[in-house]
Amino acid sequence: MTVTSKTPLVEIRNLTKRFGDRVAVKDLDLCIHPKECLGLLGPNGAGKTTTIQMLLGLVRYTSGEISIFGESIPERLKQVKLRIGVVSQGDNLDPDLTVYENLIVYASYFGIERSTARKRANDLLDFFALKNRSNEIIQHLSGGQRRRLLLSRALINNPELLILDEPTIGLDPQARHLIWERLEDLISQGTTMLLTSHYMEEVSRLANRVLILDEGEIVAQGDPKKMVADLIGSEVFEVVDSPKNLTALKEALRSCKVNIEKTADRFFIYVREPCAELDTMAITLRHVSKRPANLEDLFLKLTGRTLREN
Amino acid sequence: MWLLFYKIWLRNARVWRKHLQASLIGNLGQPFLFLLALGFGLGRQIPQIEGVTYLQFIGPGLVASAVMYSGSFETMYGSYTRLTTQRTYEAILMTPVSVEELALGEIVWAATKGMISGLIMLAALPLFGLIPSTWILALIPVLFLEGILFASLGLIMTALASDYEFFNYFTSLFITPLFLFSGIFFSISTMDPVVQKISLALPLTHAVNLSRMLCYGRIGPDWFIHALVIAGLSFFCAWIAIVLIRRRLIL
Repeated sequence: MTVTSKTPLVEIRNLTKRFGDRVAVKDLDLCIHPKECLGLLGPNGAGKTTTIQMLLGLVRYTSGEISIFGESIPERLKQVKLRIGVVSQGDNLDPDLTVYENLIVYASYFGIERSTARKRANDLLDFFALKNRSNEIIQHLSGGQRRRLLLSRALINNPELLILDEPTIGLDPQARHLIWERLEDLISQGTTMLLTSHYMEEVSRLANRVLILDEGEIVAQGDPKKMVADLIGSEVFEVVDSPKNLTALKEALRSCKVNIEKTADRFFIYVREPCAELDTMAITLRHVSKRPANLEDLFLKLTGRTLREN
Repeated sequence: MWLLFYKIWLRNARVWRKHLQASLIGNLGQPFLFLLALGFGLGRQIPQIEGVTYLQFIGPGLVASAVMYSGSFETMYGSYTRLTTQRTYEAILMTPVSVEELALGEIVWAATKGMISGLIMLAALPLFGLIPSTWILALIPVLFLEGILFASLGLIMTALASDYEFFNYFTSLFITPLFLFSGIFFSISTMDPVVQKISLALPLTHAVNLSRMLCYGRIGPDWFIHALVIAGLSFFCAWIAIVLIRRRLIL
C-alpha cells in the first residue's frame, strides 16, 4: 500500500490509558504525516513513553483508536512492525552478540534475507562510523557507539517510520552532534520520525512540529519557532538581584509588553515587543543576561518549574 | 502467528555455540558426578537391583534428569537475564516477533538444550557398563518433550520471578525432590503402594521410567501412559508459560 502525503502515517484518536486509578494518557489525538519529524515533549510521567508503547502494542490502551500506515493497532501489529524502526529508552543491545551480529540477528526477526541483511548491516555500520568495530563485543563500545549501533539496528529494516525515545540521553556533546547529523540526513532523505527528548536543543534542531504533553494531555502543539514567538516572545532577560531592586524593576517595566516570571532569586522577563526601558535597565543592572527565547522557555511556561518526581 | 519462534531459537543457538564448552560442562557436571560417586562409590556396596548393576540402574534416570536440569535452568537463569538485565526481550518485541513467538522460541530452545544434555549423558552410558538398545532412537523425541515440559516450568518461574533468589524455591522445593524421588536412585516398584502413587504424580518419574525401558529395550505395557503424561503436561505447561510471559510483558 502506498501512502500519499495527505493521509497521516500515524493516526491516534481519543487514546486513553489508565493504570488502575492513574490516567497515564487522556483523550490523546495525534497525527504524524509522511516525511515529518514530530517532537513529543513533556516532563517525566507525561505519557510520552506510554504513548509509544501503545503504538508498538506493548501496552494495551483503555480506549481510543490507533492506526499506523492505515492499519489498525494492535490487530495488524505484525504487518505494521515490519515497517517501523525503534530506538527505545536506554540500551537494549544484545550483549551476547558482536556489533555486526546485533544487526544480522535483528534483521532475522524481520525475516530479511541473509545476503540483504549483510549488505544493509555493512552500509549502516559505514553510515554510523562503526565499521572498524564490527567484530567488537558490545561491552567494549563507548556510550556514543552503543547509541549509534542502536540507531543502525532500528534502520536495519529500512523503516518508513522511525520512533526515537530519547535517542541521545546521557551522551557527551560530540556524540550527540554526530547523531544529530545522521538524523538530519535521514530526515532529508524523507524518513518520518517520532522523537521524544528532554533536550530542547535536539527537538528544536530536528523536529518540524512539536507536541507538548503534560499529565497525559496535550498542552500545546505546532511549529516550534512559531509557538515560541506566539507564546513566549522574541527575547528573554534573566535578572538576578535583591528583592527590593526586582520590585523596582517590575514597576519600571509597567508600560512594556512583557511577561515577568519570578523564581526565588531571579526574574525571567519575556519580551514580546521591543522595550526601551528594559534595554536601559539592562545596562544599569549588573546580573542580567539577554538571550533569544527558546523552546525550553515555552516548555517551562507550559509545564511549570516544579519537579516531576513520582 | 507462531512462525517466527525459530528466529529466537536461532539467536539462542548462535549464542550457545560461542560458549559451547562452558555450557556443556555446566549442564552435565552434576549428573556426571552423581554417576561417578553413586556408581563407583555407593554402587560397589549395592547388590544387583532389578537384575542390573547399580550403575546400569541409575544411568537411564540420569539421562532424564540431565534434560530436566538443563532445560529448566536455561529458562530460569538464561531467560530471566534476557528478560531483565539484558532487556533482550524488550528489543525483540520492537520487531514483528510476537510475545507468543518469543516465549515459544525460548521454550523450544531450552528443550533443545535439555535434549542435547540428555543425549550426551546417553552417549556416556557405555562408560558405565550399559550398552543401550536401539530403542533409544525412540527416546530422542521423549527427551525433547521432557525438555519442553521442564523448560516451560522454568519459564513460568521466570514470568513470576522478581529476582534470581526466587528460583531457589523452585530448585530446592521442586527440582531437587524430583531428582531424588523419581525412581532414579532406587526402585519404586518395591516401595509401599502409597509411595508408588506419589512417585507417579511426579512428572520426572514418567521420563525416568520411559528412559529405562528404552535404554534396556524392555518396553513395559505402561509405556503409553508415561508418554501421554509427558506430552500432555508439556503442552499444558507451555501454554501456561506463554500466557504468563505475555501477562508480564504486555501491560
